Amino acid sequence: MDLSAINPALLLASLLVAATPILLAGIGELVVERAGVLNLGVEGMMITGAICGFMATIVTGSPVFGFVFAAIGGATLAFLFALLTQYALANQVASGLALTLFGLGLSSLLGQDYVGLKPPSTPKLDIPFLSDLPFIGTVLFNHDIIVYLGIALVALVWAALKYSRIGLILRAVGENHDAAHALGYKVVRIRVLAIMFGGACAGLGGAYISLIRVPQWTEGMTAGAGWIALALVVFASWKPWRVLLGAWLFGGVTVLQLNLQAAGVAIPVEFLSMSPYIITIVVLVIMSADKSRAPASLGRIFHASS
Amino acid sequence: MTGTLLKIDGLTKAYPGVVANSDVSFEIKTGEVHALLGENGAGKSTLVKMIYGLVKPDSGTMMMNGAPFAPPEPRAARASGVAMVFQHFSLFDALNVAENIALGMEHPPALRDLAEKIRTVSEDYGLPLDPYRTVGDLSAGERQRVEIIRCLLQDPKLLIMDEPTSVLTPQEVEILFETLRKLTAEGVAILYISHKLEEIRALCDAATILRLGKNVGTCVPAETSARDMAELMVGTELQTPNSAGAELGDVVLDISGLSMPSPSAFGTALRNIHLRLRAGEVLGIGGVAGNGQDELLLALSGEIRTEQNAVKLKGEAIGQLAPNARRSRGLLTAPEERLGHAAAPNMSLTENALLTGNVRKGLSNRGFLKWAKTRSFAEEIIEKFDVRTPGPDNAARSLSGGNLQKFVIGREVLQDPDVLVVNQPTWGVDASAAASIRQAILDLAANGTAVIVISQDLDELMEVADNFAALNEGRLTETRPTQGLTIDEIGLMMGGAHGMEVAHAKA
Repeated sequence: MDLSAINPALLLASLLVAATPILLAGIGELVVERAGVLNLGVEGMMITGAICGFMATIVTGSPVFGFVFAAIGGATLAFLFALLTQYALANQVASGLALTLFGLGLSSLLGQDYVGLKPPSTPKLDIPFLSDLPFIGTVLFNHDIIVYLGIALVALVWAALKYSRIGLILRAVGENHDAAHALGYKVVRIRVLAIMFGGACAGLGGAYISLIRVPQWTEGMTAGAGWIALALVVFASWKPWRVLLGAWLFGGVTVLQLNLQAAGVAIPVEFLSMSPYIITIVVLVIMSADKSRAPASLGRIFHASS
Repeated sequence: MTGTLLKIDGLTKAYPGVVANSDVSFEIKTGEVHALLGENGAGKSTLVKMIYGLVKPDSGTMMMNGAPFAPPEPRAARASGVAMVFQHFSLFDALNVAENIALGMEHPPALRDLAEKIRTVSEDYGLPLDPYRTVGDLSAGERQRVEIIRCLLQDPKLLIMDEPTSVLTPQEVEILFETLRKLTAEGVAILYISHKLEEIRALCDAATILRLGKNVGTCVPAETSARDMAELMVGTELQTPNSAGAELGDVVLDISGLSMPSPSAFGTALRNIHLRLRAGEVLGIGGVAGNGQDELLLALSGEIRTEQNAVKLKGEAIGQLAPNARRSRGLLTAPEERLGHAAAPNMSLTENALLTGNVRKGLSNRGFLKWAKTRSFAEEIIEKFDVRTPGPDNAARSLSGGNLQKFVIGREVLQDPDVLVVNQPTWGVDASAAASIRQAILDLAANGTAVIVISQDLDELMEVADNFAALNEGRLTETRPTQGLTIDEIGLMMGGAHGMEVAHAKA
């Protein structure tokens, strides 16, 4: 066992990378749930985004196009969910589970001709001076743009929910849709937009796995990241910064345990592999013991009766 | 000020199966308080929803200040100066006062300026409010203030108030009336919906009475007796319940030092409640909603266990017993919420009869249900309590509020309880059904059952109860005989005006 082989700077840097997919999917789902909708289809939207982004990147040769198409793919699948739950008033839990199964199937159908291909690599941002700083440069300033996009999105969502009018309306819809309707707000329209935003974020998260993290296409490659993102939102008490914290914690323990495995620590591999899930959930459960609670209309079907 | 503000002409609105409004016409003058009277289901709510733009009329026209007025949505109605205070508050518990008010405005200023404005306006009208408090923590009266301030900030010409006093203490009602009078003096017209006739006589300049969707009469409330108005509303003569006045027996229910945290985040904990109830006694428990009524019922029904000795039934400590064990010992309860708590909405009346009647009526045998016996029990309830339904196979949801309430109360009464606890027995029930429910409670007491009636309707409590106590922030006041109790004393028992002052007449 040789712990000195673990380089702390590289460890922290890969933490940010490992955290990004669930961070993106999580912040999207947070917006959806704050609007009062429970979309359990995150996994399906992620994997659809992963294959859409992968295909677009192979065809056009540009990862930027890839990410745009991934967002569109995720949002399209989410729109399907919105049609079912907001217009056909279907049960949200069942629709979300169906969406996951559908997304997994659809993506493996679409991806049949893409197995084994290698996408062009996404350039890393090279910031003059900052990237060359010892340690800090490696940890913070040597990543692709999506990593920063994820963090910026958290800040944006936080500020929008807290300070903007649209954020206030979104929270109001998630809190009491009947009252929001009585005041004349378009509950269904707001929710559809929120659901599509969530889908786009999940799609980006999925594409990050297939284009940067791995990067190649294999069936079912999101491997439960969507479920982690869902759990993250709940245990983060629907607060944006806690989603970021949880994602980093999860990413951090993931890369740490991989490093420990490589270093040959005398802990059974199975325990190391389960550690990110356990540690993330334990920490967030402890933090969610404050008095914050779920949006009051979460998962309830809205039907304008009058 | 005698100009006509809003002229309503021949409004008709039909829903599948019911005509909610049929050819309704009346006028509201500038600066008057106009009452809209009627029983539940008379079409009051539909009418105001049309004025507020939530519902489109099938036919008929409205004129506002002489110009045609047909708001396609609430936003348009608000822009024309119509503001509405809802019956079921349209507030968001998790948001603070300022955020709630901002949501009701078209172009709210920055939150800090808005907070300042809320402070000044609320103090001008004698309804002080802290803009940064979370609405879920406010009392019902304070929550109503939020709604009123939200309307006032839009400079309304017409303020619609739907049952505004049902959640207030008498003192708070007085303060509200002061505020409303101040508003009318400034030229605002108020459309005031209520079925509390004495209040209407005290406050309103004109009244329009609806029955089954039709305008059946207009009157000047100050010159019409409450009884005449009530009979116009109902369309028949009213029966007043009367008590046989039985002798009180031994103490059957003894509550001492009952304390219990509330199961819900915005609920009220019970604090050290003492209470003794004797056979044949009807105890009325008043208080503003949300002061521990629901929690008290939960503690008595056994849905929440308390300390074993805190609740004693005929000398036996039952604080830790489950609901069915309490039922078998003779303590029955009928909670407030008809659909979802007292009855399962999608189950038939037979199945609902089984849910609480199983133990005392012996409706099952070693886990197998006796459907025939259950069905005849349900039919007995339907017959004795005049529940209007095609039969016991209908779902509870399909009954109107009043009929389901008669069923729910009847189900407990027919089980011959020793102690019956009812919460809001006539809430949202029309006058004739309410009278028959009250009569059933009195008959039960005359046969030696001890009854606790928890209600926010003080007139009801005065009518049925021998003794009165009030819940205030989870504490129960001393029990006092109803005879000779004045409305002022009751108000003080209910906690007075919760730290408010009467609007100082500056205008």
